[in-house]
Amino acid sequence: MKKIAVTCEAPTLNAQVDPRFGRAAGFLIVDPETMEYEYIDNGASQAMAQGAGIQAAEIVARSGAKIVLTGFVGPKAFQALSAAGIQVAHGFDNSTVRQAIERYKAGDYELAAEPNRQGHWS
Amino acid sequence: MIVAVASGKGGTGKTTVSAALVSVWEAPVIATDLDVEEPNLHLFLRPEISETIKAFLEVPVADETRCTYCAQCADLCQFKAISVLGETLVTFPEMCHGCGGCLSICPEGALSAGTRELGEISWGRADGAAFLMGRLRVGEAMSPPLMRAVKGKLNEMIAEKSADVIIDAPPGVSCPAVNAVMDADVILLVTEPTPFGLYDLKLAHKAFQPLGKPMGAVINRAGLGSTSVYDYCSESGVDIIAEIPYDPDIAKAYAGGNVITEVSDNLQTLIRNLATRVRSMAKNTAKNNVREALHD
Amino acid sequence: MIEIVVLSGKGGTGKTSLTGAFAHLSSNRVVCDLDVDAPDLHLLLDPSTISAQEFRSGHEAVIRPEICENCGECIERCRFEAILPAVPCPSVNPLKCEGCKVCVAFCPVNAVDFPEKLCGHWFVSKTRFGWMVHAQLLPAEENSGRLVALLRQQARELAKEKGFNMILSDGPPGIGCPVISSLSGTSLAVIVTEPTPSGRHDLERIAELCEHFKIPAGVIINKCDLHEGHTRHIESFCLEKGLKVLGALPHDTVVTHAMVAKQTVTEYSHNDFSDKVKQIWIRTKEMGEGLEKN
Repeated sequence: MKKIAVTCEAPTLNAQVDPRFGRAAGFLIVDPETMEYEYIDNGASQAMAQGAGIQAAEIVARSGAKIVLTGFVGPKAFQALSAAGIQVAHGFDNSTVRQAIERYKAGDYELAAEPNRQGHWS
Repeated sequence: MIVAVASGKGGTGKTTVSAALVSVWEAPVIATDLDVEEPNLHLFLRPEISETIKAFLEVPVADETRCTYCAQCADLCQFKAISVLGETLVTFPEMCHGCGGCLSICPEGALSAGTRELGEISWGRADGAAFLMGRLRVGEAMSPPLMRAVKGKLNEMIAEKSADVIIDAPPGVSCPAVNAVMDADVILLVTEPTPFGLYDLKLAHKAFQPLGKPMGAVINRAGLGSTSVYDYCSESGVDIIAEIPYDPDIAKAYAGGNVITEVSDNLQTLIRNLATRVRSMAKNTAKNNVREALHD
Repeated sequence: MIEIVVLSGKGGTGKTSLTGAFAHLSSNRVVCDLDVDAPDLHLLLDPSTISAQEFRSGHEAVIRPEICENCGECIERCRFEAILPAVPCPSVNPLKCEGCKVCVAFCPVNAVDFPEKLCGHWFVSKTRFGWMVHAQLLPAEENSGRLVALLRQQARELAKEKGFNMILSDGPPGIGCPVISSLSGTSLAVIVTEPTPSGRHDLERIAELCEHFKIPAGVIINKCDLHEGHTRHIESFCLEKGLKVLGALPHDTVVTHAMVAKQTVTEYSHNDFSDKVKQIWIRTKEMGEGLEKN
């Protein structure tokens, strides 16, 4: 099964999903079958003057994940993720990373066809 | 001679003073609105616009067939305007500052110069004065590139026919405001005698001081508020070169789109005196410059 | 979370005085000054700083004379005319340096350093009306949308922590980067305008921007008795664009007197003007709450 990137506030499966994509604290790259995971810090994007969403998309693309579970994705990040062939499922704020993965496995999610937040540095 | 009319705080009467100065200026003058986010000078000078052109910024356009995804462009770009995602090169033209770095660094010639529309530059005549303005496209986030384009046109106009310049600068003390006053010979700081006026005057004074230009304060709505602005000016050595009294008739003239020199003979004289004062400030700097040059 | 941001395009329309009054009239919210260039709200609210942080953003070029061979490559390459010929090495004008790194990348002897820039400071403070988040850019710095976004994020976190459901912000002037940053994803924009040619012109530009970013907007016509014709035009413009007119206020020097007394106008005076401001705040709050429900 393909690897999943989940925006997270801390490096564990029980951490809250960070609702922000570009300025997320970090990403858990999870193998949904084994629940093995790897944590990638996103601190550098958080501190960026602009283009955090684009940088975050680059990080996810390099991780090999093919889908992102998160809260909100801005237009530029969405464009960048699409270009990298990565799908976006949003609306996972207010849950833990583990819950998000369970929902994904149960098919309880919708793929985003467009960004769900007006972007520009927020 | 270039005179920049600036203010830390918006709404203190910057445009009012600019328009009034233009209306009494005795030499050939180009009235220039560099407040490209909210240009307002034209509303008072009512120029006849002879030409309007669009201004563009050079941004990269990718030729995917040539790209080898080496990502040198993406590594160089400080503004995330170009990114390599897997085997895709993506550009984000609205992020680009137009530095041209990616175009030069690409070893494959996979990037060429495209454009992003910044806004419009218009020019024409307003009575005796030449007129020039920039207007930022709504949704465009960066004003300095358009301001640079307007200044480029201004230099062309001066080269064609020598003239003085009166610049209506954007409010505030950040990068665009400093950009607008950087080339001036004299900077006027328009303020009002209120706590907001004082705080923003201090910011502007501190921001512009390193430029080493002569500065003078114009106090608008004098008589309303408190004396703290006067105290600051005398303590910090900023000459108060004009005081425009608080007068509901002036506010009404402004609301009616009129230049305040039309309100009364007194105001006409006040602004003429201000113009004379500004000229002598510029002359003194010129003299000092010559003196310094001789000294060297 | 209801986020209300007060904007005006042009300065001097009374945006900050009204935001100050709204801060006085409201409770259980975080107040935020998003004008990071020339902030004034603190002059009315007199905040005591609880925590202060540095704001760093971007980089700038610094040439090391001991390495530079003065070949002039950087001068040629700089599109911002920020590097001028000098001896022993070219000089960088920090006011013009855009931080693009082109001179760093193309210097044949690696003589250009690229340190991070300190751009300003931001603060979490307490006022007599509760919590406030604000900032001050250093002079001549890029008016950063990022700092505006950071303030909004801090305000949201603070509000969440305190159990508040509202953020009330004094917005930046203009229609550029900081304003776009203050608008994106906000619940309600309140545009303070005045019946002058500039006021009308700038209202139209701000309204267009709100439409562009799909942000609901209400309008307050300040100094409405200055020019009847313009006031009527503003009203019909709002009707045509579907902007709700939240109220109109006459020109009153009480606003200036309150400012000199370092008070909000609704604290300073209980006259007719203050009553009108109160009504406008009630309508604004209701509009914000209504939008949140939908």
